[in-house]
Amino acid sequence: MGMTITEKILAAHAGKERVTPGELVNCRLDLVLANDITAPVAINEFEKLGLDRVFDPTRVVLVPDHFTPNKDIKSAEQSKRVREFARKFGIANYFEVGRMGIEHCLLPEQGLVVPGDCVIGADSHTCTYGALGAFATGVGSTDLAAGMATGECWFKVPESMKFVFHGKLRPWVTGKDLILHCIADIGVDGARYRSMEFTGDAIKALSLEGRLTMCNMAIEAGAKNGIVSPDEKTQLYIKERAKRPYRFYTSDPDAHYVEVRQYDASLIEPQVAFPHLPENARPVSEAQGVAIDQVVIGSCTNGRIEDLRIAAYILKGRKVHPNIRLIVIPGTQEIYLQALREGLLEIFVEAGGAVSTPTCGPCLGGHMGILAKGERALATTNRNFVGRMGHPESEVYLAGPAVAAASAVTGCITHPKEVVGSYAG
Amino acid sequence: MRVKGRVWKFGNDVDTDLIIPARYLNTTDPAELAAHCMEDADPSFAKRVAAGDIIVAGKNFGCGSSREHAPIAIKGAGVACVIAGSFARIFYRNAINIGLPILEAPEAAEALQDGDVVEVDLGSGTIKNLTRQGLYQAAPFPPFMQEIMQAGGLINYVRERMKNHA
Repeated sequence: MGMTITEKILAAHAGKERVTPGELVNCRLDLVLANDITAPVAINEFEKLGLDRVFDPTRVVLVPDHFTPNKDIKSAEQSKRVREFARKFGIANYFEVGRMGIEHCLLPEQGLVVPGDCVIGADSHTCTYGALGAFATGVGSTDLAAGMATGECWFKVPESMKFVFHGKLRPWVTGKDLILHCIADIGVDGARYRSMEFTGDAIKALSLEGRLTMCNMAIEAGAKNGIVSPDEKTQLYIKERAKRPYRFYTSDPDAHYVEVRQYDASLIEPQVAFPHLPENARPVSEAQGVAIDQVVIGSCTNGRIEDLRIAAYILKGRKVHPNIRLIVIPGTQEIYLQALREGLLEIFVEAGGAVSTPTCGPCLGGHMGILAKGERALATTNRNFVGRMGHPESEVYLAGPAVAAASAVTGCITHPKEVVGSYAG
Repeated sequence: MRVKGRVWKFGNDVDTDLIIPARYLNTTDPAELAAHCMEDADPSFAKRVAAGDIIVAGKNFGCGSSREHAPIAIKGAGVACVIAGSFARIFYRNAINIGLPILEAPEAAEALQDGDVVEVDLGSGTIKNLTRQGLYQAAPFPPFMQEIMQAGGLINYVRERMKNHA
């Protein structure tokens, strides 16, 4: 019996020939990550161990991205604690405001995560890196503290589910729509404790950005990790960026999957997830006309250059609807600069949108776009839980950048074709 | 160890934003976090919950964010244990790592009602409804996790292991 890519990576990091689902393994970690929310708790726990060093200062990454630039005094104190820890323990990969990015946009871009890695991050969307052919999973702060101390973490080898996407995507359909459709199909616990492996010719054809978006939301189906076998697109993306040697693992043809689900991707419309769970995704045609107050384009899910290009294509020469606050948040400083050079930021500002420095900000109701009671947002983010973007009686609808930009123009949830016709970009 | 307390019943897919909204994540203080525990699901919960009480919920409890502040807030509020139909995986790890007792018991999660008084044997995983009768059995923890729990959480467990390897 062959192994899946996830099983192969875990076996390699556990020093074993093979592993089987359900087995508990202790794995060597290539990278551990925390942010300004989770690192302070991890540091509290780490200090209890009384150690004078982390397992490897080059393999610890600290990114203050959630409540930064700091929104209040308490957040500033938390960031300060992370900053001081980074200095004390010689953590080179600490990313300060002005040089940082939203962690899951930043780490792949900077080549800090590479194919074949085994990574834990004290952030649930750490599963994003599976798009590079790495095993990456979210953990809590105590696991992270133990990881910083030992360079190891225990895992239960997950069962794997295979999601095969066939066919050519319709205009305006992106990785976000595929993953929302998939979560709607299996539910928010449909892949609980499992690995979600995305494959098929539609995934082959998808950009690296699109794959990062898909793996990012594996957690929204309860998965331990999302993963795509690396290919020539991965090679193209990683070769100039990789800070360490990397290895491509792929699933064996006779690997075992507990479930295989097939999708005809050519039938999938742009998706919109209704409040208050990502599994409430439906075709945009069924959400058409829902009035909104705010549009957010950004986050670790959809804050990459491709997302901004799609949004700018739609917003170019158009105006944001008078009832709408449009907030655009490039995912990293590099993406920000790229968008600036390409003239995308000018388009957003000309349209009447606000452009922010990279931050998780509104996605988790932190700052930079909090909703009042009764307000409704359409966001390219990943969660639409009760109170996620502000008041517990506010609402969040989730969509990709195309639907978000089109809706910013019309003031209500809108199919992009209603605004610009077919996509020529 | 046995605990006895009042049941606070919640539904399916209770996410970590409900357990502790992100607007309160600018602190790591358990008491401050506890003051806002379950706030967006039941604004009066933190004021009314008593030490030793028990949270009971449906499937996928603790889904969403990896914030360890969620089990910290529940533990800080004095909740003795959480019984659910199932747990999201990061929450499950976090609860074990910080020493918040959790029990996966779908039948109990279904049958127990808000306000019931129950007695739970955390060692054996038996759950007894003292208000309306009924005896339920939670799934046992794998031995490895029992070791972490017996050590008093992951950090103590790691400290022991590092000492032995030194």
